[in-house]
Amino acid sequence: MIEHLLVAPIVLPLGVGAVLLLIEERRHRAKAVLSLTAALALAAMAALLVARADIATTHIYRLGSWPAPFGIVLVADRLSAAMVLLAAVLAIAALWFSLARWHGAGPHFHTLVHLLLAGLNGAFLTGDIFNLFVFFELLLAASYGLALYGGGAQRTRASLHYIVVNLAASLLFLIGVSLIYGVSGTLNMADIVTRLAALPAADRVLAEIGIGVLAVAFFVKAGMWPLGFWLAPAYAAASAPAAAIFSILTKVGIYAVLRLWLLVFGGTSGAELLAFGGMATLVYGVIGMLASQSLGGLAGHGLLVSSGTLLAAVGLGGAASTAAGLYYLAVSTVGIAAFFLLIELVERAREAGADVLAVTAEAFGLRREETQPEEEVGIVVPAAMAFLGLSFLGCGLVIAGLPPLPGFLAKFALMEALLSEEGSLPAAWSVVALLLASGLAATIAFGRAGVRIFWATERVPPAVRLAELAPIAALLVVCVVLAVLAGPVLDYLGEGARVLHEPAAYIEEVLGR
Amino acid sequence: MELIIALGIGVLAGCGVWLLLRPRTFQVVLGLSLLSYSVNLFIFVMGWVRGGRPPFVEPGVAVDPRVFADPLPQALVLTAIVIAFATTALLLVVLLAARGLTGTDHVDGQEPGE
Repeated sequence: MIEHLLVAPIVLPLGVGAVLLLIEERRHRAKAVLSLTAALALAAMAALLVARADIATTHIYRLGSWPAPFGIVLVADRLSAAMVLLAAVLAIAALWFSLARWHGAGPHFHTLVHLLLAGLNGAFLTGDIFNLFVFFELLLAASYGLALYGGGAQRTRASLHYIVVNLAASLLFLIGVSLIYGVSGTLNMADIVTRLAALPAADRVLAEIGIGVLAVAFFVKAGMWPLGFWLAPAYAAASAPAAAIFSILTKVGIYAVLRLWLLVFGGTSGAELLAFGGMATLVYGVIGMLASQSLGGLAGHGLLVSSGTLLAAVGLGGAASTAAGLYYLAVSTVGIAAFFLLIELVERAREAGADVLAVTAEAFGLRREETQPEEEVGIVVPAAMAFLGLSFLGCGLVIAGLPPLPGFLAKFALMEALLSEEGSLPAAWSVVALLLASGLAATIAFGRAGVRIFWATERVPPAVRLAELAPIAALLVVCVVLAVLAGPVLDYLGEGARVLHEPAAYIEEVLGR
Repeated sequence: MELIIALGIGVLAGCGVWLLLRPRTFQVVLGLSLLSYSVNLFIFVMGWVRGGRPPFVEPGVAVDPRVFADPLPQALVLTAIVIAFATTALLLVVLLAARGLTGTDHVDGQEPGE
């Protein structure tokens, strides 16, 4: 029974998403209970996977019991399990936040979130590149729906760009996959590695071109400069809970790069491209953060900074900096997700209108009373403004990387790992300098925005509900936990990074030799 | 045969890229469709271009791989076609919504110079 745990994180959200479709749209409570229960169950499974990935001898699930190169395998090593857990945590926070009002603002919010989860978990767990494509498409299709969720001209315009860019990237993905298949005759990641080693040089070049094309597709998802211009506007326009889950979508691209690049190239050729691409993304993100007028833009460019940092860390260093990068990935994703949720509440404090929401609710034929913000959201939590201010400070500390929150630990670990590597000193030093500069820029940007919002005289006391404050607090608590448990978490991710950098065991296990 | 297919894929992809870079949303949708056709053909060709060979084996007959076409690219193409079809349909809906909400079919939601 327990061996089916590996496929459960894909099957459960897929099934729950389908069942949620059948429940009538007006029965908000039933939908919310089912959806949140499923998300909690998913988090429990993911925690179990994380624990098992550390101790179990086998992490492979063969779909339909077909042997490896012929059937599709799912692989839950430490990295995959940790990513599945991260996705579940974000989903719980977003679903919880949406209970206050967003889940009633349009049809099928919960279904979309669960389909997105199924796609995410599938992409993290699969060991087959075409299957990876299918799960990418699944999560992208759900994300198109979520990006559009809530309607409005701004959202539709941003989503149009988002969809077109990602569709074009998916086509590149297909070209890469088919080139690799044409040369190596297999789609299994581990099998590709063994076959490529045996290829004549002329064919190997073709396969490497295929992997390069594939990498471009992943870089588009990760938002690497100059492929990431679409990211900030689309994420800033998305509704708050959708944007919070989206903060892990860029990390799917990073995950795919990490997995395939380390597996196929063993982290050698193309390292400069990753490092310099990462640095360019970092610079672009920093400039964007400083130039952002809106909080949404600030958060979107914060995501680019985090992508750039990760790409540079992966490209430059060995296992140690990959481990620190993974810790940074978890911390920055949770921090930015919390910030995306917070933005909506802060914006409400600035202008108490929720017209867009009311209009879309009408367009979808829901009764007005159901989503009327004045009646629904009317309970003013005492000291809500103080809470918002403190959360804003917390998010700022995590994203800028200042003590005592774990953003600091992550950046510190990253710098320590980069500087203790031998060889690529100038590049490592420039990444460290950029990391420090990005921290300074984030501090400036957050300080400026915070002063403008919280020390303004003409602000309106925001009407927020407990269901909106709690998930933000929960995500910040996750950050604190990550800081307190930094030692064990870094050890775990360090072990995961070591396995990534020495893929022989992975290949052996997948191919069952 | 290979040359003709390669040229066909190239022409489709070229037209697709050109249309993708045009400023009107409908041109972009057509561009993406052409690109996905060319990519589908490309996947198909990755199973090698050989005529008159079935993609399946008969039970009980000794199998000689040289007389069979590779069935896997055909399965991949099928999957890719379904996905491209669904996403194009979704894109069309978004296109219409954007046209309705912004009053223009320019991809940026406003005419240049406005």
